[in-house]
Amino acid sequence: MNASTSLPLKGAPVKAPGLNRARLLRSALPGGSLTVLLITIFIMQPRAMSYMGMNLMLNLAVPIALATIAQMLIITVNDLDLSMGSFISFVACVAATLLNQHPLLGCLVLLGCIAVYALLGALIHLRNLPSIVVTLGMSFIWMGGAVLLLPAPGGSAPQWLQSLVRIKTPFLPFAIIVCVVLAIAVHVFLMRSTLGVVLRGAGGNPLAIAKAGWSLLRIKVTMYALAGTFGVFSGLFLVGLTTSADASIALRYTLLSIAGVILGGGEFVGGRVSPTGAVLGALTLVLAGSLLSFMRVSPDWQIGAQGAILILVLALRTSVNRLEARPT
Amino acid sequence: MTTLQRALVTFKGAGKSFGAVRALCDVDLSVRAGECLGLIGHNGAGKSTLMQVLAGTLAADCGVLLLGDEDVRASYGVQVARKHGIRCVFQELSLCPNLSVAENTRLMSPAIRGWGWRRKARALIEASLDEIFPGHDIQADDIVAELPIGKRQMVEIARAFVRVDERLDLVILDEPTSSLDSRVARQLLEFVRRFVGSGGGIVLISHILGEMLDTCDRITVMRDGRVVETRAATDFSHASLVECMGSAAKEITEQQAFVSRRSSGNPVVAQRPARQANAHTVDAHRGEIVGLAGLAGHGQSQLLIQVLRQRIASGQGAALVAGDRQSDGVFALWSIAENITISSLGQLKRGAWIDPDAELAMAQEWQKRMGIRTPDMANPILSLSGGNQQKALFARALASHSDLILMDDPMRGVDVGTKREVYSIITQEAAKGRTFIWYTTELEELDYCDHIYVFRDGQAVLDLPRSQLSEEQILRCSFEEQMA
Repeated sequence: MNASTSLPLKGAPVKAPGLNRARLLRSALPGGSLTVLLITIFIMQPRAMSYMGMNLMLNLAVPIALATIAQMLIITVNDLDLSMGSFISFVACVAATLLNQHPLLGCLVLLGCIAVYALLGALIHLRNLPSIVVTLGMSFIWMGGAVLLLPAPGGSAPQWLQSLVRIKTPFLPFAIIVCVVLAIAVHVFLMRSTLGVVLRGAGGNPLAIAKAGWSLLRIKVTMYALAGTFGVFSGLFLVGLTTSADASIALRYTLLSIAGVILGGGEFVGGRVSPTGAVLGALTLVLAGSLLSFMRVSPDWQIGAQGAILILVLALRTSVNRLEARPT
Repeated sequence: MTTLQRALVTFKGAGKSFGAVRALCDVDLSVRAGECLGLIGHNGAGKSTLMQVLAGTLAADCGVLLLGDEDVRASYGVQVARKHGIRCVFQELSLCPNLSVAENTRLMSPAIRGWGWRRKARALIEASLDEIFPGHDIQADDIVAELPIGKRQMVEIARAFVRVDERLDLVILDEPTSSLDSRVARQLLEFVRRFVGSGGGIVLISHILGEMLDTCDRITVMRDGRVVETRAATDFSHASLVECMGSAAKEITEQQAFVSRRSSGNPVVAQRPARQANAHTVDAHRGEIVGLAGLAGHGQSQLLIQVLRQRIASGQGAALVAGDRQSDGVFALWSIAENITISSLGQLKRGAWIDPDAELAMAQEWQKRMGIRTPDMANPILSLSGGNQQKALFARALASHSDLILMDDPMRGVDVGTKREVYSIITQEAAKGRTFIWYTTELEELDYCDHIYVFRDGQAVLDLPRSQLSEEQILRCSFEEQMA
């Protein structure tokens, strides 16, 4: 019997080197597109290659990166959150009003927001509802809450929050450090820990997870509560930067966060996500906006041009996936 | 010798029903330490249901389940089963495709934890793979989705034998060799003997008779949810196993004079199955009911799809009655009437618009003909019971003008009364000149067919006219081995 071990299995050739290359290529794609974008910006505007320049360009990237991570956690369990933008707007409004005037009440409201997210996860799982519909409905509720708090743009962020997001760190701008820490922390939690394995498995094959004796309800609640937490962080960071808020301050974050996850190599279903990719994807989206400004593209065209960049990156990924599928 | 062996698991009078279908009925069975028990039977005999009850993923309706001497039925579940050292490799794969082999190992073994859990999991699964499948060529960091199906099955099996300070008494292998090639399958069976030799218990479910006879100590034959025979494997032969699986006391149905329609004319359909090695085709003549038999998943559905594609491509069309109602059959949000008329919109048009009166008339006509039990055809389709939903799907196919109707095991989970009604309508329609191709997993339905093709490994291996139909022959043909 042992003699036959040297025979290769029928129909199963030794691992094709192309397969690994394709996998490598796919995980390098988010980083690669960001690098290309940065180099283009530096060539067009060498002054951007400074502490100040980077800080200016990337400051607003942090809340988007946080929102993208929140969205990614939801996508991990095969759901989609269409209320992310209005939720973050609501959080920003709470921070600019309640948190400043009645800190304790403000904190309670923010904790309540996270609890609502956890409940949403439970509701979606127990009633087997489509997350898109539930979160679409919630987006109007958050929006209504935000308008009630701040009917007109205004308010003011607490001083401590403003100074927190403006910390001047040596060598590297604060925004970059936050992004790196965020990516590493979420990567360690979701990709390396045993809990993360179960959470991602629930996206890959929920039945198998249930058969192995894990509670899908607890998994969904955990994921939604975490997403709510990152959403709160995003809103706080945003209002710290802008110092005042308005009810529609972050509406575009919904689509930006979804685009960021997908740009970063995530898939809508199947639990295939990448935290580092998601952060890189968010940065890419922000820098694409800056690049277009440097190119003097009129703001009327910017959204369309941003879409074109998105399509380009996704087309690249599709061709990489094709490469991967070929060996079989 | 049997008295010396400890019984690991004992079922007494176990029963389980799904609606009107009795999947298990009064099952007595025990598995002993240090033996490999074979479980065999035709489709729907209740093997998988019984094993799911044992693994804790389904609860039995009645009866006693003893683990050792302890009755555990009250609070049984996956975790309890695992605690008692019982594990199951299910027929459908239960790996998470987005995770690596090592991560999938961790999902099953909560004991792998703490710093360096990844390294531990890697070492454990690799050791298990090395032991069962030497020369397997699987890395613990491979993502499962990137492995071919056979290797996924190997991972799944190896994972069930990973042990970290836990009991491992009994492993259920539900058709483990179905996607393994013969060399790897032999490695597995040799490992089963070694595992049994060291005092463990194995329940092996397989459709390959030789495998069962060579590997098992005892073989239990199940039929229609009951255990019909348990003997030492050495007391069985290929022939006696097949004989046991067929229903012994089959009532003699009134044999109508069988008149073959094949003497004249060209067949409506002559399709060679995609994996057929020789030039045989599956033929269907006008007015014929052609049955596709054999074990589930041996290429019958693929043949139906092939025929459907070919008919659509040539513009002739065909109606398909889906077996999996929920995923291929009903439009869940539509009314019963809309579900029936969707295939016949061409007949119901007035100009460019759908004529609501004609639509209603057609729906009501078919309600009467099929006996769909509902006060109003405008009710949503999901307000019907499963059997009545299936009747609506039949009505959809029959109401259309296509003269070829393909049926993909449509009677799954349908009660007996409904079945009878539908059978008679099928016979009537065939007499009017419509052609039916009917894949069925229920042997008695073949009595309605004029010609029966038995499928194995994607090929039609036997062509029987009704006059020569015998259950035994179909069983023998379905279970025959690839390389005897």
